[in-house]
Amino acid sequence: MGQENRRVLNSLGRSVPTFIDGLGAFDPYRGPWSRLEGGHERTHFAPPLKGRMPQGSKVTPSLRQAIEASGLQSGMTVSFHHHLRNGDALLMAVLNECEAMGIADLTVAPSSLTDAHEGVADLVRRGVVRQIHTSGVRGAVGKAISRGEVEVPVVIRSHGGRARAIEEGSVVIDVAFLAAPACDPQGNMTGALGPSGCGSLGYAQTDARHARHVVAVTDHLVPQPLRQVSIPQYLVDQVVVVESLGDASKIATGAARITRSPVDLKIAQDAYRLIAASELLAPAVSFQVGAGGASLAVAAFVRDHMRQKGIKGSWGCGGITGYMVQMLEEGLFEALYDVQSFDAAVCQSLARNGNHIEIDQSWYANPLNRGCVVHNLDVVVLAALEVDVDFNVNVMTGHDGVLRGASGGHCDTAAGAKLAIVVAPSFRGGVPSILDRVQTVVTPGETVDAIVTERGIAINPRRKDLAEAARAARLPVKEIADLKKEVEALTGVPERAEPDSDRVVAVVEYRDGTLIDSVFQVR
Amino acid sequence: MIVQVAQAGTLESSDCLVTVSPAPGLELEWRGPSASLFAGRNRSLVETVLAEKGLEGAKIIVQDQGALEVTLRARIGTALDRARKGANR
Repeated sequence: MGQENRRVLNSLGRSVPTFIDGLGAFDPYRGPWSRLEGGHERTHFAPPLKGRMPQGSKVTPSLRQAIEASGLQSGMTVSFHHHLRNGDALLMAVLNECEAMGIADLTVAPSSLTDAHEGVADLVRRGVVRQIHTSGVRGAVGKAISRGEVEVPVVIRSHGGRARAIEEGSVVIDVAFLAAPACDPQGNMTGALGPSGCGSLGYAQTDARHARHVVAVTDHLVPQPLRQVSIPQYLVDQVVVVESLGDASKIATGAARITRSPVDLKIAQDAYRLIAASELLAPAVSFQVGAGGASLAVAAFVRDHMRQKGIKGSWGCGGITGYMVQMLEEGLFEALYDVQSFDAAVCQSLARNGNHIEIDQSWYANPLNRGCVVHNLDVVVLAALEVDVDFNVNVMTGHDGVLRGASGGHCDTAAGAKLAIVVAPSFRGGVPSILDRVQTVVTPGETVDAIVTERGIAINPRRKDLAEAARAARLPVKEIADLKKEVEALTGVPERAEPDSDRVVAVVEYRDGTLIDSVFQVR
Repeated sequence: MIVQVAQAGTLESSDCLVTVSPAPGLELEWRGPSASLFAGRNRSLVETVLAEKGLEGAKIIVQDQGALEVTLRARIGTALDRARKGANR
């Protein structure tokens, strides 16, 4: 079996490979800024410049003909974006077509894998897919990887880390198949229009600029000129028209609602109070929240605060929800930076509001470009599967050790923001969320300022100023070890099965490309 | 000694459904997503409740929907009380 030759302990005491057959050499994680502080500089990978004769057509009649014309062969790398969420049918359609054409051993490098991509597990078993680079893995694919069914370890990257890897050429995309909710015959495309409208195409923009060959696939071909262009024609080789890009009901999701769970609301309220105590909730604040229960609810409290005090923020960013759009349209922000729209309710805003700005993956979070949006965040509120007493956060593996999450922008925003708050219920399903040591580190505790649970707020000892402010505001501040004990008195102490540390099934890259943790085969 | 089959609890999340029936020794069956995470605790928790009730044995099936320890203790105790002669409601 192709396996890593050697492993070392990184600065968090996690065992990570220094070389992986099929992937090459890796450096261990040495702290959130180890590469930036060294004045890291790399050559920017560039795809070939290609010319076309005038007056030709880019429209190819079928996916199969497009794959043939792209020159895709066994062993190459293909990429996709996951802006169509759980409704995407393109990734599976392309890979199934590849199988029918006898193309195998592909490296698949989507911006993430969603519930729509369960079939990838079978494609691995049938040899169509040999390697996977992704931000998230769920369901059957996560199980297959965790059982060791993918021979070469899967590389998990954050959004910023993926942009970095593509721009520096660590991941070289041979053919990008980009679902285009609206596209003209020259390949100008947008995600803001069309029956499969999904909002921003931020991740796809990065692929379009770096892939050797770009295929736009659309179910809504419009005459040139398309008025709103997310990806311009000069980056696109072919345009294919298909009947449908996927399941419209899962693409065109309605706006996420604020949770009604009392536990989540209590957590959100305390998180909001902590933000207020930090004094960052001032004019020109910049802000990001996730779409999950407690984190989105924080936005509701922040919104009330801003309206009452007449505070106008500067910008919101990230995965954008309908709720953030509402705040934009109420004038609570000057602008939104949208790399990914969490609900399709955002589409109209992207088409209508000039201050709803679509940004690419590198602009959003690449730590090694000349300045990404998340590096100017004031406040970010993030969810977690589990946290530990060193404030490390796991959003990747469940308590059985199986991959079932997504790295996303978690470590990018935590590193960039002045105040990074992690919200989590103190236990889920009777299992405590605070551990001595998380199973998998995605976001290092060095970049997490506070953990808010319904039973109290733990503040990173590095942030004495924040602890002082929180205590002055009479917030329920507790030592994280005490909070952990308090929860365990209710739930008991779980005994986890140790994974098989002989076999690395996935590696977790920190945003700068160093390895922050390994995921081991489950027994 | 318990003499009949009895139940306590529900299948709501954060609760558990406990079914007990007569047996000479302790036969424990624990079902639920976190059963393996708490295997040691589950056994000792059941043994403690049995001892508190002065019982030597019972077949106990716990369908654990993520219940806290206090809930587990109360449900197991109540199921055992109901399974004693004349205590069944």
